[in-house]
Amino acid sequence: MLNKTVAELAKGLESGEFSSTELTQEYLTQIKSEDSKYNSFISVTEDHALAQAKAADESRAAGNTTPLTGVPIAVKDIFCTQGIKTSCGSKMLDNFEAPYESTVTEKLNAAGTVMLGKTNLDEFAMGSSCESSYYGPTKNPWALEKVPGGSSGGSAAAIAAGLAPAAIGTDTGGSIRQPASFCGITGLKPTYGRVSRWGMIAYGSSLDQGGPMTQTAEDAALVLNAMAGFDSKDSTSLDKEVPDYTAKLSEPLKGLRIGVPKEFYSEGLNSDIAATTQSAIKEIEKLGAVVKEISLPRTELSIPAYYIIAPAEASTNLSRFDGVKFGHRCEDPVDLYDMYTRTRAEGFGDEVKRRIMIGTYALSAGYYDAYYRKAQQLRRLIKDDYVKAFEEVDVIMGPTAPSLPWTIGAKENDPVSMYLEDIYTLSVNLAGLPGMSIPCGMVDGMPVGLQVIGNYFDESLLLNIGHQFQQATDWHTKRPA
Amino acid sequence: MSLDRSDVESIAQLARLKIDDAEVPAYTQTLSNILDLVDKMQAVDTTDVEPLANPLDATQRLRADVVSEENQREQLQKVAPKAEQGLFLVPKVIE
Repeated sequence: MLNKTVAELAKGLESGEFSSTELTQEYLTQIKSEDSKYNSFISVTEDHALAQAKAADESRAAGNTTPLTGVPIAVKDIFCTQGIKTSCGSKMLDNFEAPYESTVTEKLNAAGTVMLGKTNLDEFAMGSSCESSYYGPTKNPWALEKVPGGSSGGSAAAIAAGLAPAAIGTDTGGSIRQPASFCGITGLKPTYGRVSRWGMIAYGSSLDQGGPMTQTAEDAALVLNAMAGFDSKDSTSLDKEVPDYTAKLSEPLKGLRIGVPKEFYSEGLNSDIAATTQSAIKEIEKLGAVVKEISLPRTELSIPAYYIIAPAEASTNLSRFDGVKFGHRCEDPVDLYDMYTRTRAEGFGDEVKRRIMIGTYALSAGYYDAYYRKAQQLRRLIKDDYVKAFEEVDVIMGPTAPSLPWTIGAKENDPVSMYLEDIYTLSVNLAGLPGMSIPCGMVDGMPVGLQVIGNYFDESLLLNIGHQFQQATDWHTKRPA
Repeated sequence: MSLDRSDVESIAQLARLKIDDAEVPAYTQTLSNILDLVDKMQAVDTTDVEPLANPLDATQRLRADVVSEENQREQLQKVAPKAEQGLFLVPKVIE
């Protein structure tokens, strides 16, 4: 039963080849025996999963099914799950059982999926390596001494290691796409506003977006179908019809116009990653697409713009962690100020503190215009580059990340070197566009991802391209030995 | 943009983060490095560029001013560090 895609599992459940209870038990056993190697889960919700599996089997017996009834999935531990520990990878929330359910997990529950557990992440989703978690780093199943990428590194590693057929991630600056690339899986960040942020612990609210992490583009379409949609509880959710994301998977790519930004193939890119992604684009060209070079001249400016806007929003969002209503509180505070400052010093890790301080500085009196306002102006220019590019092409392609997964601990004391690794993913969040990473080759025994960026609400086209590429190649089927 | 010790102390105070004296030099260094990285944006002319807050330029949706939530006080206070008789307890604020 293991190592099947969501689409295959759905068929097996439908035909009665196995029950959801059998399947869930199989995954739980596998997680228990294998995850000590990877540390991809923070919590394994065994009883909850078996209860959901039983309910799924009963509802199937009653003839009441969706395409995902009884399919197990893992959920990044940033989504609030009622009565279940929701830590966000932080000591601050180590004792936190969410009093309510996020819209995404509520929708997945309604679709009949089974939650296996909550996956590891960089603390509060701030990182590109899954090392800053209070629960220790997740290891890349392709090479245990390497990072799995981040922040949704636990979700990506769990899939690559065969501990979950699919998972949910979130992406603020590349946190779905980059770990998907590092672990050799498929990951999709939808258009901003497509998936509800309600109950998804906030990092950078104008950038955050949840999405599916799966073995194939077809699976991503199935999972996105269950996640997407308008939610009145999210003030930036978009009231726009959700298509069936599986409907266009099989369409031919004839005449597809691909733009390849020259700025994505400049200094700083590993030359083997350049060659691997270029040959993947050639492969897609063979399927009938037309490739042209384009320019996104402000690509490099996405790093400064993002590393002001995201920390600024984070410093505001994380002010709620004050030791009053939930989460960690320091011992024996002498007064309110002492309680706030010690609670936060004890509850947050180094990277979270750094980003809170940068954000606080950027928003402080006298610096707002020079930093925050300036970054938002650059954000407009970065978006304008994309809008202009999409007048000439249907999608944009290039590498997801400039480097291969690095060794755990290698960038620990040098946050700036880690920030530079986000160069190809940040601008997509700043512009609010959908982006996907699909496995497209191997370099030095590690997987490489191809990033496909679409115009607003073109998730169906991205998934179509991913599916057609995966029909023609087998990179998505490769798994660590 | 280089920060000094007193900058870091005042940022930490604004952010309500207690920083030990021994940690200040490391923060001063890494925060200055980050600001050097972001200072690249100062070279770009953004005169007359409208700041972009929402990537889709969407505006905040409003709803009718009616009660939409039920009282969940007990459930919400179950996760509080200290609560009593429906109140969140904090150290004494007024003498």
